[in-house]
Amino acid sequence: MSSEILLLFTFVLAIFLGFELISKVPSQLHTPLMSGANAISGVTIVGALVAAGSLAEGAFSVVLGTLAVVFATINVIGGYLVTDRMLAMFKTKQHGGDK
Amino acid sequence: MNQDTLVQLAYIAASVLFIFGLKMLSSQRTAKRGNVVSAAGMLIAVIATLIGQDMQYQWIILGILIGGAVGATAALRVPMTSMPEFVALFNGFGGMASLLVGWAEYQRNLPVWAEGEAPYVTVIAIAIAALIGGLTFTGSLIAYGKLSETINSKAVLYRGQQIVNAAIVAVALICIVVFVINADNPAIAASYAPFLILVALALVLGVLATIPIGGADMPVVISLLNSYSGLAACAAGFVIMNTVLIVAGSLVGASGMILTAIMCKAMNRSLGNVLFSGFGAVVTAGGTAKQGEAKPITPEDAYYILENARSVVFVPGYGMAAAQAQHVVRELGEILEENGTEVKYAVHPVAGRMPGHMNVLLAEANVPYEQLVEMDEINPAMESVDVAIVIGANDVVNPAAREDPASSIYGMPIINVDYARTVFVLKRSLASGFAGIENDLFFKENTRMLFGDAKSSVQAVINEMKEDA
Repeated sequence: MSSEILLLFTFVLAIFLGFELISKVPSQLHTPLMSGANAISGVTIVGALVAAGSLAEGAFSVVLGTLAVVFATINVIGGYLVTDRMLAMFKTKQHGGDK
Repeated sequence: MNQDTLVQLAYIAASVLFIFGLKMLSSQRTAKRGNVVSAAGMLIAVIATLIGQDMQYQWIILGILIGGAVGATAALRVPMTSMPEFVALFNGFGGMASLLVGWAEYQRNLPVWAEGEAPYVTVIAIAIAALIGGLTFTGSLIAYGKLSETINSKAVLYRGQQIVNAAIVAVALICIVVFVINADNPAIAASYAPFLILVALALVLGVLATIPIGGADMPVVISLLNSYSGLAACAAGFVIMNTVLIVAGSLVGASGMILTAIMCKAMNRSLGNVLFSGFGAVVTAGGTAKQGEAKPITPEDAYYILENARSVVFVPGYGMAAAQAQHVVRELGEILEENGTEVKYAVHPVAGRMPGHMNVLLAEANVPYEQLVEMDEINPAMESVDVAIVIGANDVVNPAAREDPASSIYGMPIINVDYARTVFVLKRSLASGFAGIENDLFFKENTRMLFGDAKSSVQAVINEMKEDA
């Protein structure tokens, strides 16, 4: 089996896994779920790092890679922090529903 | 064990952490830890990549410093009311990053491919990353503009819109074919020209596909763009043959698709209808507009009714966010509880401008999690509710969706506030909601209208209660 087919296999399985994982999220948590998932989509930072770090192979691809690192880092750092901020607000009564 | 194996093992560990993190996000008890687990996965993936191969770090450090500073500042400052546009914007950044990764990889390999053979999977993946990433970027910018109301949030429609969009998609597909065929052409322009055209078309398509979608359909659009940002990352994963990108991207793609489907179902509309119809832009002559007399009420009268209520349900909509009324609503809820009233907050899945947005605002105002209930949970109990208080919601509580087959929202699941003994509707005027139709609720026997700005109306009721106490 070629590595391309293996990657495709991984892709299909991960899509199904995603459907199974997410389908039971209560609607109260939809916003943090979306922003948390959004932070995960910043995983493209891995590709950006490779591109930005390979200086030997030409300046322009490094420029593109560095820009990609900037965008992806905003996505990752901002996404995780804002999700954390939101989830900290969801409190049950015992832990202090009142101010 | 060589270095590459270690990196791959680290990627597997990161993927597992992403999966557990997402799983834990689905319950209030574990959600906060889940987010940390997923962030740990990201850290592992990044570190493994950085030490896994020979790299020069100066540009990486620069990029991370800039991106980290911008991202952290934005995330810590954004007010909760602006969360929809914030998430929309970040989706776009993810898409842009994937486009750039594809482009950089193409640029890097160009000299090699021009002399030999190009690996087709990689080339096709570059094209797909550029297409999805590009349209996610501009689509998200338009969504950001509409949500933050820097641009008009109304649906923009023109004659032949779908033909134009279809033509752009067709040309983009031709560009992909030409690009893939010419990827190993010694004449670099033969592949670079179609690639640049493809990027430009993807950017244009993102704009054109988003402008016909109106403000209240934004929950669907954000969910869809969320899904696209994941799929773009996935395509970038195929470009660099990287498993963690593919797994994490697929998870996000799938989660966005599920949210999109939930939103569509909650509006009783197909995805195609949301994306192409420009709902709300055209005045739909549907429904037999029941005329009658709306019965206004003063804050004082509202207080007398609330004082004797045993159970009260608040039903917030976008109007609550717009009026910044969540804090006074919670205050009223607390006063009622002290008075021995059972208080709940029922939120429709599409209330607001993004899935779950109202819940975040109420949580920010310190409403305990167990008082936030879903539509399916409150509806069976609605007949035993003494007072349902509708704050800035309209179409999601319109009984026409249940009773009037001629109405354009007929069949949409709604919160049945009209089954409560008394309904208060807090509203500026009798104007129709996003769907552009009359709301029969306003004219029902048990409905009382409390006209005015939601925040000051609630405040007025609170003052009445405090005066009396």
